[in-house]
Formats: sequence, C-alpha cells, structure tokens
Amino acid sequence: MKKIVKALCILMVCVLGAVAFVGCGGEKTAKRELKVYNWGDYIDPEVLKDFEKETGIHVIYDTFATNEDMYVKVKSGGSDYDVAIPSDYMIKRMIRENLLEKIDMDKVPNYQGIGDKFKNLPFDPQNAYSVPYMWGTVGIIYNKKMVTDPVDSWNILWDPKYAKQIFMLDSPRDSIGITLKLLGYSLNTSDEAQLEQAKAKLIEQKPLVLAYVVDEVKDKMIAGEAAMAVVWSGDAMFMKEKNPDLAYVIPKEGTNYWFDSMVILKGAKHKAEAEEFINYMTRPDIAKRNVEYIGYASPIPEVVKSLDPEVQQDVAAYPADSLLKGSEIFDDLSDNLAKYDKVWTEVKVAQ
Amino acid sequence: MGRRWLVYPYHTWMLLFTVIPLILIFFYAFTEPNSTQFTLENIRHAAEPVYLGVLWHSVWLAGLSTLLCFLIGYPMAMILAKSSVKYRNMLVVLIVIPMWMNFLLRTYAWMTLLEKNGPLNAILLHFGLPAIQILYTDYAVMLGMVYNFLPFMILPIYSVLMKMDQSLLEAAEDLGAGAWTSFRRITFPLSLPGVYAGMIMVFMPAVTTFVISRLLGGGQYMLIGNVIEEQFLAIGNWSFGSALSVLMMAIILVSMLFLSRYSKEGNGGGMFF
Repeated sequence: MKKIVKALCILMVCVLGAVAFVGCGGEKTAKRELKVYNWGDYIDPEVLKDFEKETGIHVIYDTFATNEDMYVKVKSGGSDYDVAIPSDYMIKRMIRENLLEKIDMDKVPNYQGIGDKFKNLPFDPQNAYSVPYMWGTVGIIYNKKMVTDPVDSWNILWDPKYAKQIFMLDSPRDSIGITLKLLGYSLNTSDEAQLEQAKAKLIEQKPLVLAYVVDEVKDKMIAGEAAMAVVWSGDAMFMKEKNPDLAYVIPKEGTNYWFDSMVILKGAKHKAEAEEFINYMTRPDIAKRNVEYIGYASPIPEVVKSLDPEVQQDVAAYPADSLLKGSEIFDDLSDNLAKYDKVWTEVKVAQ
Repeated sequence: MGRRWLVYPYHTWMLLFTVIPLILIFFYAFTEPNSTQFTLENIRHAAEPVYLGVLWHSVWLAGLSTLLCFLIGYPMAMILAKSSVKYRNMLVVLIVIPMWMNFLLRTYAWMTLLEKNGPLNAILLHFGLPAIQILYTDYAVMLGMVYNFLPFMILPIYSVLMKMDQSLLEAAEDLGAGAWTSFRRITFPLSLPGVYAGMIMVFMPAVTTFVISRLLGGGQYMLIGNVIEEQFLAIGNWSFGSALSVLMMAIILVSMLFLSRYSKEGNGGGMFF
C-alpha cells in the first residue's frame, strides 16, 4: 500500500512538472510550431528567422541529403514532420503511397503567383499536393579552354578525343537517362531492349570516363581536372561563378528537368502553420531571397523578372522553352527502378 | 552472485545492437520485399554472376591490400619493438595520430594529393618526370586502403613482439643461430597470432568499404559495399541488400575460419570467435 502511494506521489509530481513546462512554453509561443524537412543548404537561413519573427511560429528545421533518405525516414513513421520539399518523382510515389496531405490552396494565396507552366505538372496533375519551390535541368558543363568543338549534343561524351577527361554522374537514373535521350528514347522507359542498348552504350563509353562522381565534381571542374562533366544546373551556376572558363549547355536531344516542391505530410499536426509557411516561401520577396542564396531557378515569374538580367538570360538558370523541347520530367518508376539499378551495376562492373 | 547484475547492461547492449540487427538482416534476406512471405529468391538473385564478380573483385582488392599491409607493417612493427623506449613511444604516437582525424577527411585529402594538377604531379614535374594519372584507378584505391588500415596491422604485431620472451632469442644466439635463422625459427612463428589478428582487422574493413572505392576509385567499378549501400539508400530493396550482406558475411566467416585453423596454437586469430 505504502509503495502504491509513493508511486502515485511521484507520478503526480511528474505530471505537474510537465504541465508547468508546457504552460511556460505555451505562453511564449502560443504553442505554435512547425517541423520542416528540407534538402541541406537549400534555404536562406535568414528567411527562417524572419518567418519566426513575423508569424510567431517556432520552426524545427531538419535537412536530408537525398530523396530516398527523406522517404525512408517519413515512411518508417518515426518522424513527425509537417512540411517536406521532395522532388517530382518522389512526390508522385508519395501520393501513390498515401503519404501526403492535400493542400488547401485558399490558404496559400501566393500560389497564384506561380507561373502557369509550373502548375498541374504530371507528377501532381491536379496540383492538389504540392507547391513548386525550385526547378532545374541536367546538362553538360565544359571548360572552354579544353574543348574547342561545339558542345550541343550528348554525343560529345562519347568522343575519344576527350578520353579520361569526362566526368559522369554516379547516379543510375541520370546517367542512364541521358543515354536514353541520346538514343532517342524516353528517359522513363521500362522497355528492356532500350535499356539494354543504353547499357551497351555506357559500357562503350567507360574507357573514356575519368570518374563517376556526385558532389566532388564541383571542386574538380573548378580546378580544371577534366574537360567536361554531366551536372545539375544549380551546381553549374556555382561552378561558373568560381571559374569563368566553364560553360553550361543543354544538349539538343533533350534532357531531364526536375522540380522540388513543398508538400504537407500525411497526419501533419500543424497543417495550418504548414500552409502559412508554404505561402510565406512563395511570397515573391522571400522567394527572391532564397533563389539568390541557392542559385537554382524560381517558378515565380515575378521573382525572375526582378533578378539581374544576366542571370535571367543564363541557360543554366532559366533556359528558354525552346531548349527544353524533348526534355522530360522523371516519372516514378516503382518496380521498374530495379531494372535501372541492374543496368548500372553491370556498367560499373564491366571491365 | 552479488555482482551478477553488472553483466546485464552488456548483455542488453549486445542483444540490441548485434543480435537483433542480425536477426533483422536474416529476416529481410529470406522474405519477399514488403511482406513476410518466405523466399530464397533474394539469395538466388545475389548469387548471379554480376554480383559474384563484384564480390570477387572486392575480396581480391581487400586481400591484396591486406598482403601489402603485412609486407609494410611487419618490418615497421619490428623496428618499433626493437627501438629504445624513448623513441618507441614517440613512434607509436606518430602511427596513431592520423587516426585522430576523421577517416573521410583523410581520404578527401588523398583525392587532392593525387589529382592531375595536385602536389604529387607537381613534384614529379619538378624533377622532369612525366605526370601520372593515378587518381580514379585501382592503384589509388589500394593506396587508400593500405594507408587507412596500416595501423591495424602494425599495432597487433607490435604488441605480440613486445611481449615475446627475449631470453629465447638470447638462447638461440648462444646456440649459434644467425639473425635470419632466429627470426625464421623463433620470432616469426611466435608473432603469428599478431599477424592473424592484424590480417583480420585489415581485411574486414577493406572488403566492406564503399567510401574509399567511391572517392579514390571514382566509382569506376563497384565493390560489394557500394552495391549494398545502393540497395538500401537508392533502390530501397532492403531484402536484396540484406541477401547480399548475408552472402558477404558468409564469405568473411569462411575466410576467418580458414585463418583461425592456421592459428590454432596461437590465441590471436581465434580471438574473434
């Protein structure tokens, strides 16, 4: 009996203590908070502070390195994020697996400011689940001092003249994707014969490739370690800034263009705050600050118009629509993804 | 009896971080993705020639690195053991110091040292020698492995050599054995437990590495670690990734058994069982 009383006493103290703490917190922040999950280095940190100041919403902010990392964490259910910023194909997969909450666009009035060509994209056809944040392309960056031929086709990556001076992306979807484009196929194909051809083409290219890299490519291209590399447009902006000899092109066969969009996760505890956050991020003056900080392209025409004219003309940032003819967005391949992986492994182990 | 409870935290630790994860890996390896249906399909898939080739290449590179570590590390351990106390401690510290720095950082440093316009080629050019492209080749990967894992070979051998009974060597000398004979007949056989321990400690991280092959090998080929990493992080096929891990563990286990058979009389190689 004595023990039970003692236990109850301890329990009471704990509960009271907890209540007291919650009470304190509540007074200061009115209990409003928001958990955001974003790519690393993908927001102007000052913007977050200003958002907290303006709205009184306390933001808990975490970052991820790849779509897949984010997906695994969200899917396993151990996290309770409200807002995340995945890419196109991943958004499609998450919609399919019922991991996203519909966004009430009436609560996100700034959505109106998004360019029409960035609305109702194939990965979210009714635009019910996502609001575009940034977009970009995949292309070739080359060093004008080392490459004198015109660079306008993926074919140059197969030119023996540049043997051991070519960096490829160490990413199955990107590298197989551009090869499929060169062969005239869709980069979302699941046709085994087409993938087989792409595999042969990549194995043929292998002796010419200096290395398959991801992030290291930036340092190496800036240092002039290779003549050309397959890169994402935002990285190209960064490299060009550091080394003026570098230029970026989108090959004529077309490429992959991609979107990172803001979404609200299923069962978000702070849905109203999440919508407020998405609206804030889509406000032209805020979006401009993020674009200038990150270097990728904004889907908001008003923001683009306010940028430096030189940046507006830059193919790496804002390619003309004509350049994107024949380009595609990644589709969610679901089970067919394994085929790409197998092709990539076979390319990697080929001698 | 009274102190029995002291072991429970360790049991719990091993249960949580060794036994349960192992059970999970086996569970995933023998079930279909996203279901609990038993299957051997993952193992069959892992045993396809493509993946066996990758596995073989990994074992080959790791084995070669282990051999190199042994050839470089053994004399080093002997030099350490023979030098005077004052220098010995300093030398041990010098061997250990690089390990205070992050492993990734050191590997990134090698990327810069070996690159085309890097310090290595600058030195070669200075002496009128042709520049070499070593980064993104097998040689760079081997260099990375030997550099990173060499201390794990030196230290076990060194500690065995240190504990060796010096009077045995004196006796050999008294009985007329030359330096080479006493090394061959006494020092080396007695140091074998340390050699086996060192080999295991180098071979295991070398065969499973995916960072060194990615950074210094430029992703030219995949090692088994890269394939497994990709299954978990990029493809999301945990079942196949686990099957590959099980296969790799089986191969490591067999090679450990092989080593421990030869170290029966010692107590070094077997200490991992």
